[in-house]
Amino acid sequence: MAEFKEISSDAPVGAKLMNWVDNRFPATKMFKEHLSEYYAPKNLNIWYMFGSLSLLVLVIQIVTGIFLTMNYKPDAAVAFGSVEYIMRDVPWGWLIRYMHSTGASAFFIVVYLHMFRGLIYGSYRKPRELIWVFGCAIFLALMAEAFMGYLLPWGQMSYWGAQVIVNLFAAIPFIGPDLALLIRGDYVVGDATLNRFFAFHVIAVPLVLLGLVVAHIIALHEVGSNNPDGVEIKATKDANGKPLDGIAFHPFYTVHDIFGVSVFLLVFSAVVFFAPEAGGYFLEYNNFIPADPLKTPAHIAPVWYFTPFYSMLRAITSEMMYVLVLCVVVAAALGVFKGQMAGLFKAAVLGGTVVVVAMMLSIDAKFWGVVVMGGAVIILFFLPWLDNSPVKSIRYRPSWHKWLYGIFVINFLVLGYLGIKPPSPMNERVSQIGTLFYFGFFLLMPWWSRIGSFKSVPDRVTFAAH
Amino acid sequence: MTQSSQASAAPAPGPLDPTKRNWILTTAAVGGAGAAAVAVPFVSTFQPSERAKAAGAAVEVDISALKPGEKLTVEWRGKPVWIIKRTPEQLESLKKTESQLADPKSERNPDELTPAYARNAARSIKPEVLVAVGICSHLGCSPVDKFQTGAQPSLPDDWTGGFLCPCHGSTFDMAGRVFKNKPAPDNLEVPPHMYLSESKLVIGEDKKA
Repeated sequence: MAEFKEISSDAPVGAKLMNWVDNRFPATKMFKEHLSEYYAPKNLNIWYMFGSLSLLVLVIQIVTGIFLTMNYKPDAAVAFGSVEYIMRDVPWGWLIRYMHSTGASAFFIVVYLHMFRGLIYGSYRKPRELIWVFGCAIFLALMAEAFMGYLLPWGQMSYWGAQVIVNLFAAIPFIGPDLALLIRGDYVVGDATLNRFFAFHVIAVPLVLLGLVVAHIIALHEVGSNNPDGVEIKATKDANGKPLDGIAFHPFYTVHDIFGVSVFLLVFSAVVFFAPEAGGYFLEYNNFIPADPLKTPAHIAPVWYFTPFYSMLRAITSEMMYVLVLCVVVAAALGVFKGQMAGLFKAAVLGGTVVVVAMMLSIDAKFWGVVVMGGAVIILFFLPWLDNSPVKSIRYRPSWHKWLYGIFVINFLVLGYLGIKPPSPMNERVSQIGTLFYFGFFLLMPWWSRIGSFKSVPDRVTFAAH
Repeated sequence: MTQSSQASAAPAPGPLDPTKRNWILTTAAVGGAGAAAVAVPFVSTFQPSERAKAAGAAVEVDISALKPGEKLTVEWRGKPVWIIKRTPEQLESLKKTESQLADPKSERNPDELTPAYARNAARSIKPEVLVAVGICSHLGCSPVDKFQTGAQPSLPDDWTGGFLCPCHGSTFDMAGRVFKNKPAPDNLEVPPHMYLSESKLVIGEDKKA
């Protein structure tokens, strides 16, 4: 609690007003703590724009979303028509709707780039583990938000996409069918499903999302930003206790971010006005056909941002299960023969392996596909504890690490590409190899991240004034 | 501010009073149980409503106009139900596919998927008329007709007619039986059905019920 501060009676009106407010609400204090006296490393590069851009897209989605709800009707009989009504009859409705649909894809683009930045510069390492964990939770909430929002236009892709994803839950042994029933609220995806997805999409998930964003930023401002060198700027301070390599966020980075926002809005507007469907990737063509529960479109694929995970789901066939069983057995054998642990623990590992293998062979591959798809997202949460490299940033890692990260990105893009393609034996094999690589990258990270000759990390950040 | 500074200056607190601690724990436990109980009605609203449960009425279909090789789709409980009059060649193909199927005799989950009167080679009451729910047992897409035989995209070269699921590539033969090594674990469901007359079919009800 701050002391009540008096201000001289001949101070300007503005100062008096601010003093009045500050005695009742810490406005100036918060502005200083989070902006004008929040010190960020001065060597942040272009990769650091995507955090503030995600915040911008979040605002765009909330504002356009609110205006869309004013004309949209969450009723299976009229939902499709109400979207067409927004597009054709509501003045400027098409613009609001295209901003919202383009915003969804833009959100995933900036968030994927933001996550990649964290990956290469080791932004998830101690003491920033919770920032990363909150961020992964945001990603998860975002996927739920996007999935449920996609049902609302009630087109063919909305309907059959939801049908497939809800049926994923039905694959869980014992509770699955009842769980799927509880999600749909009916025996098939129908009016009840649409109505509840609307409620989740417009209020429940956004509230969770906003709470997580606040937690993400509070955690960030507690420990401060990482930087491309992975150097802790708080380690070198001047006489006033300010980091020598830091610079006040406002005005330096606010101005940088405004520039980033301008470039982003330029591209965003170009898509909204000239290519809102983005060739069927942002808005799938089949979704301009009203939902028909009796007929599945000849080719169904999720929207592009889900396709890498969807590929991994499709990769898990009964043949692939034998490969996975082999992986589990080899991992357990290595653990038992090479690991240094008590005999009792080794026995537990062996017992656990037998149980897991038995489950892998007895439960449908469909369920394991769901486990793999969910696991591909959940595994990200554990990244801070998987990375054992002595340095944070890719800049000071062995050169072959850069190649590995490069292959990881290409692999992710290939999986994404295969996810939009119809199933074929060739695509299936490639996506199976891709899935093994994706999981191998993370699960073997505790070992490979230590190997190689690391470069020495400087004490201060590398920065040339411009 | 003044109060809290006094408190921090006060002498260290005396020994714990276990009765107070017990009361706090009891209150928290009872409060938690109350909160959990309140969650029950909220979660219950997610269940299918009485109206949704009542909507599963049986459907009557006239199949007198159905010619061999043709398919009729009707809606039952929001799902597509196919009625297919198979040609003699299509019935013949069921013997050829048998060795390539995951469950040729419909032995998996027979109570849910295949009523007793359809547990035969053609999975039907009348050999030529197949009645099946057109929902893939993998993730619920509706397979598409691939009645034409021979090599074609996404299908094996020795294709003898059947269905292909567009979502994940599962294939089914002319009796709705799934082929081996496909994502779909089960055959297509044969719904409860019975004949009222030679050409009148009821879907959703059988004599047993």
